[in-house]
Amino acid sequence: MRILVVEDDPILMDGLKVGLGLAGATVDDATTCADARAALAAARFDAVVLDVMLPDGSGLDVLASLRAQGDATPVLLLTALDEAPDRVRGLDGGADDYLGKPFDLDELNARVRAIARRGHGRAGPLLKVGALVLDPATLAATLDGQSIALSRREFAVLSTLMERPGVIRSRMEIEERLYGWQEEVESNAVEVHIHNLRAKVGRETIETVRGLGYRVRGPA
Amino acid sequence: MSSLKRRLVLILLAATGVIWLCATGWIYASSRSELEHVLDTRLQEAARMVHSLVAGGNIAAAEAVAQATVPPEAGYERQLSCQIWSLDGRLVAKSGGAPEEALAGPAEGFSERTVNGEPWRVYTILDPDKGVRVMVGDRIGLRDRLVRDLVAGLLAPVIFIVPLLGLLIWISVGRGLAPLHAVAGDIAARDGEDMRPVAPAAAPAEIRPLLEAINGLFAKVEAARRQERDVTAFAAHELRTPLAGLKTQAQIALAAHDAPTREGALRQILVSVDRTTRLVRQLLALAKLEGTPSPPLEASGETEAGALLRDIVRQTAKPGTAHVVVDDALDAVKLKGDREALHLMLRNLHENAVEHTVEHAAGGTIAWRPCAGGLCVEDEGPGIPEDELPLVTRRFYRGRSRSGAGSGLGLTIATMAAARAGARLTLENRCDGAGLRATIVWPRAAA
Repeated sequence: MRILVVEDDPILMDGLKVGLGLAGATVDDATTCADARAALAAARFDAVVLDVMLPDGSGLDVLASLRAQGDATPVLLLTALDEAPDRVRGLDGGADDYLGKPFDLDELNARVRAIARRGHGRAGPLLKVGALVLDPATLAATLDGQSIALSRREFAVLSTLMERPGVIRSRMEIEERLYGWQEEVESNAVEVHIHNLRAKVGRETIETVRGLGYRVRGPA
Repeated sequence: MSSLKRRLVLILLAATGVIWLCATGWIYASSRSELEHVLDTRLQEAARMVHSLVAGGNIAAAEAVAQATVPPEAGYERQLSCQIWSLDGRLVAKSGGAPEEALAGPAEGFSERTVNGEPWRVYTILDPDKGVRVMVGDRIGLRDRLVRDLVAGLLAPVIFIVPLLGLLIWISVGRGLAPLHAVAGDIAARDGEDMRPVAPAAAPAEIRPLLEAINGLFAKVEAARRQERDVTAFAAHELRTPLAGLKTQAQIALAAHDAPTREGALRQILVSVDRTTRLVRQLLALAKLEGTPSPPLEASGETEAGALLRDIVRQTAKPGTAHVVVDDALDAVKLKGDREALHLMLRNLHENAVEHTVEHAAGGTIAWRPCAGGLCVEDEGPGIPEDELPLVTRRFYRGRSRSGAGSGLGLTIATMAAARAGARLTLENRCDGAGLRATIVWPRAAA
């Protein structure tokens, strides 16, 4: 899950990056409206955590221009202004959820998972393909009821593929979900993760489509 | 408590009373002189009439006339008395009720005399040809009664009219003051939140200045309260973000399984507590600057700039920050104004300079030195974009390129504290390189 966090307070930003990262997300940061617009134009995110009061304007304006472009990326507003009228304005302005500062990190993670899930057109909390089940809330994976140990990155690769069973995801797409901008991407990282995953969940679960990417076979 | 209504009624009653009394006095005096004149003329005529009869030789007839001149009205009967004396001092004839004693002396004309303890006014005609002296007299007591009755007749209605007048004045004043009551009722009926102006257009011209003054006060109170609300709302917002950061970092420290993550979170908590502490200190300083009136400039003593600055540098020193230079010439500079305000101003400017220098050019220099009419500080920070210079002294303004540590209050506090110390703070970007110069100048050189 790749998330854009727009927040200008450096300590809170650090906390959000680490906190969302601990929950299995890849986090990109922006501290101004301009940075946020640039980031949203450059990449696809599973969710955006957006502060309202930013140094160069209001997060609501960023939200408005995002929605005006027809971008449906789920947005959670994170702000100190959490009176009812503020919440109403935010939600009516196109936000999917609203959380007032200070907040509980677990709740933020749950809400981000929830809006990301709905963004993928899914209502159930678990990702299921055949006998393989992923729980994004606990980063736990089971195969035939047997727990399997996955690293954070492996979990991210597998959940990316399982979000849309049968759909081919390119290596680039998977890399985007794994690494933020500041992170160095090793050229064969995705191949290594796929290789390790096949060893854990079974060779036949992840199919390589030569020249295009990978896919998880849907329940046939 | 003085009631305007009671006051007005008393003044009006007193004024009416005085006018009434003056009028009565004047009527008394003029009626009296008029009456005297009329009665004197009557005396004269009666005397002439009797004399003409005497001159005709008809003493008996004269006596009859003298009797007849007594007016018949009740209360005033036997007003006139007539005596006819021979020149040798014999009483020839007299009217009934007239005393035996002569009413007047030998002289002709008007005279007054007391006969049998009663004062008389008498007109005397002397006729040497006939050898008689005709005297016609009036009892002065009767005359006085006549005037008294006349005046009493005039004053009698006053007894009824004064209470009636008082009542009318009371009602009229009440109605006249009704707009005042309406305005008072309007203001009294308001709750503490209602600061709408009182409509002065509907009020009488006399109380309009008062209402305008009240409206002016309302506007000031409302502005002060709005500012208070804004500051409170801003403060709440400004505190929520660091609190959210603290809570998030604390939750990470608890949840992290690896030591580096936990340690990183704890470090962030320490930094955040420091920043939040400074924010709270600045909010308190701001509240204090806004809440207390400025002390008079003359009353506050002088503070040595060099010593104060070295104090501040020592208090705010942190390891591994910028290089601070305090010019020795500042030891000779005496600063006017409230010491606390000076401290606040210099401390906030210094912290600001250090913060931006450290972020922009670690190891850079912050230099305090005297300048014409005051002192200045130069830092090696990024400076402030020219278009933001007029805005940076606003509360919580942090600029587009804000650094994370700033609360947006330092320059606001410095500006307010400078004003309190009677000085003016000017900010400009240095022309000799990157950085900001903050200059504090006292209008009349304090140096």
